[in-house]
Amino acid sequence: MDIHEYQAKELLAKFGVPIPRGALAYSPEQATYRATEIGGNKWVVKAQIHSGARGKAGGIKVCSDDTEIEQAAEDLLGKLLVTHQTGPAGKLVSRLYIEEATDIAKEIYLAFVMDRAIERIMVVASAAGGMEIEEISTKQPETIIRVSVDPAVGMQRFQAREVAYGLGVDPEIITKLVPTIMGCYRAFRDLDATMVEINPLVVTKDKNLFALDAKMSFDDNALFRRPHIAELRDKSQEDPRETYASDRGLAYVGLDGKIGCVVNGAGLAMATLDMIKLAGGEPANFLDIGGGASPERVAKSFKAVLRDKNVKTLLLNVFAGINRCDWVAKGVVDAVRELDIKMPIIVRLAGTNVEEGRRILDESGLSLITAETLAEAAEKAVAATKAA
Amino acid sequence: MAILINENTPVLIQGFTGRIGTFHTQEMIDYGTNVVGGVTPGKGGTTHLGRPVFNTVKGAVQETGAEASIVFVPPPFAADAIMEAADAGIRYCVCITDGIPAQDMIRVKRYMRRYKKENRMVLTGPNCAGTISPGNAMLGIMPGHIYIPGRVGVVGRSGTLGYEAASQMKALDIGVSTSVGIGGDPINGSSFRDIFEIFENDPETDAVLMIGEIGGPQEAAAGEYARDHMKKPVIAYIAGLSAPKGRRMGHAGAIISAFGESAPEKVEILKNCGVFIAPTPSEMGATVRNVISSLKKVA
Repeated sequence: MDIHEYQAKELLAKFGVPIPRGALAYSPEQATYRATEIGGNKWVVKAQIHSGARGKAGGIKVCSDDTEIEQAAEDLLGKLLVTHQTGPAGKLVSRLYIEEATDIAKEIYLAFVMDRAIERIMVVASAAGGMEIEEISTKQPETIIRVSVDPAVGMQRFQAREVAYGLGVDPEIITKLVPTIMGCYRAFRDLDATMVEINPLVVTKDKNLFALDAKMSFDDNALFRRPHIAELRDKSQEDPRETYASDRGLAYVGLDGKIGCVVNGAGLAMATLDMIKLAGGEPANFLDIGGGASPERVAKSFKAVLRDKNVKTLLLNVFAGINRCDWVAKGVVDAVRELDIKMPIIVRLAGTNVEEGRRILDESGLSLITAETLAEAAEKAVAATKAA
Repeated sequence: MAILINENTPVLIQGFTGRIGTFHTQEMIDYGTNVVGGVTPGKGGTTHLGRPVFNTVKGAVQETGAEASIVFVPPPFAADAIMEAADAGIRYCVCITDGIPAQDMIRVKRYMRRYKKENRMVLTGPNCAGTISPGNAMLGIMPGHIYIPGRVGVVGRSGTLGYEAASQMKALDIGVSTSVGIGGDPINGSSFRDIFEIFENDPETDAVLMIGEIGGPQEAAAGEYARDHMKKPVIAYIAGLSAPKGRRMGHAGAIISAFGESAPEKVEILKNCGVFIAPTPSEMGATVRNVISSLKKVA
């Protein structure tokens, strides 16, 4: 799960990470009020969306008076901001973060990630902050510092010092940087994060240290024990098709094609999408209904897939293991009748009791297109979509 | 002699008396698995499905001599259950549970390293369908009847895609020595490489089918291992051609977050390591057949 910049900053501040003064605004009027509260003579108005690269997309504006702040807020609120991370649809700006401007002397990159190769939390830092990490690793790979944390004892201060000195900052900054690094680590560990990224972490001209931007992602599997993190979810930043499905316990990823897919198991679902692509079609979604394809879940999944108005064909692929094909087939027949689905439906059942399952489909009187193999199902789905 | 489990392996069920544990234990017993008992804290001293229930894994191991265990414990408590098994001297543990926090798994992996390699428990999963040595024993939740005994080792992340492969192979009369599910989580007990090593040393396995997917470095690492250390041929299919970057495709670990983690990139790496590639998911069985029939010609 992702959260907004301002939420990440509030969380990190509790772990001792220094952040500039700032406040949230939902309207132009509130934005100017917030700026007055913060004080000073230069502010930054930042669109809060779940994406990086907001600056390049015009989502961050520097202002020096009320009129400019009001104008910036007016321009940003309610707008769909398109960055290279959001896709062409963009993301809706409904919150602004107003922050005091900082005089930047040096920009640092600091991140904590879960390293899957060594199965540990890894610190990644670079003195070439401000750029994205991909850019740093191509342009200045020699500046990247990596330190891994032993989970038995956690991060040690010497490791934080190693990173801090490696970044080549002035001695008076070291005493601020070490607790910042330790704070990020504790936040990562205690909140079950999967990523903490501060880019840039800036040294100001008056020798202060601030997290100027902050991004955090969290382990969905751990949200049960982090209720205050789960509360930070902002559904307006998600694809509405995905919100609908995930609120009903279905693993769904929206794509751009016309063939709606309902499959049991994540691997088989990915393979089904692959097969559609190889047959010359485009899937509308990834959907894993889970191991047991109960009639209720089949119906729920059809509903979720049909919310996407681009869908012209439905493809159901179930490999029945412990659940039997006849039971799944009954669920399909009931769901198609109940939802009164008119578009072509390709059904591929395999596994336990497959003959009985196919007999139920054939005798249902519904115009279902059945397929025996994965390849046949994909070909028939592509053909039916082209004909539609 | 298949790998990891056979019909004699004494098996313990962790999370024995719950609905899911009960259902799948019965299936495993029916398949011929030597289930010797189970653990549910608080229910020790009772019997369930005709087997004794224990409060602790250690107690169960002492009484029954269990060597393997399977974990059906819910996600908040599953990491603890795995560590308990490792500490009690269980040799092989399968964790079925889906939804274990990644940091819990980091802790489990670190904990297991307290034991010397020769005493260290082998863990497969979490978030997997388990392991089956067809005709011998099943330590998992798969439908046993789709596998026939044979000499091809199978290792994969996904349950149902593994079933798909098994049934394609069955249709071509190709049997399986052991099929191992390593699970869809980012931090898992055994990697593809770990299982490759066991298959390479198994005299009853002639070739290995790997069913991989997007995300993480394990498929590439396994390819390098196959190139450098294996005499047996490896066939692979990598799922997720159409997966967009940065999106989680069902499995917690199926997400492209770094270079080399997409399906086409993994296929390229594997090809360069001399691994045979099944070009589509419907050709997993046929690719295995072609590879093993060319083996026979050489021999």
